[in-house]
Amino acid sequence: MTITLNHFSAALVFSLFASIVFGITHRETTRDMVRYGVYCFAMFLGGVLVAGWAMWVLRR
Amino acid sequence: MANSTTEKAKLTETTPVTLMGVLAPAIGWLIPGAGHMIQKRWIRGLLLFVSIVTLFLLGLAMQGRIYKANGGDILDMLGFVGDVGAGALYIITLANDWGQGAIAFATADYGTKFMIVAGLLNFIAVADAYHIAIGKKQ
Repeated sequence: MTITLNHFSAALVFSLFASIVFGITHRETTRDMVRYGVYCFAMFLGGVLVAGWAMWVLRR
Repeated sequence: MANSTTEKAKLTETTPVTLMGVLAPAIGWLIPGAGHMIQKRWIRGLLLFVSIVTLFLLGLAMQGRIYKANGGDILDMLGFVGDVGAGALYIITLANDWGQGAIAFATADYGTKFMIVAGLLNFIAVADAYHIAIGKKQ
């Protein structure tokens, strides 16, 4: 079985699961784990968008 | 004077070796999240299991390549170290000869990276399980 994800979907999936693991392992309380996980997810996705636009600018 | 002696003693104090301190990381490496589950952190363990296993399986499904032990290129060696972190997933993949990679698929490279990252995330999870076992974390 082969799964084909486009670039953004792959980044989204990666960010989601990495953020879950980071949230759990880097904080003590449940509330802090959730907050940090969401923060990591936002940073991952934000980084993807910034990098994408930066590459677009460089290519111009 | 006394303060610096106390501080030096604190720096050099070692954590006593306990059964859980050995078992949790070992089982956590073999089965992602299990190191947390055996310490009754069920939800954390389950989330870690789902996240790491899904990443790894997605990587396989995207026709990613699994690295074997090698003495070649530094990146190949790092890939091996990452993959080995996945524990039983890595062992099963090698045993079934999966993860051969497929240049024909554009996303196969993503699949390779997914599997490496799954292994690396499991190393982080193993360290977390160890910290819970030695009482450094709740």
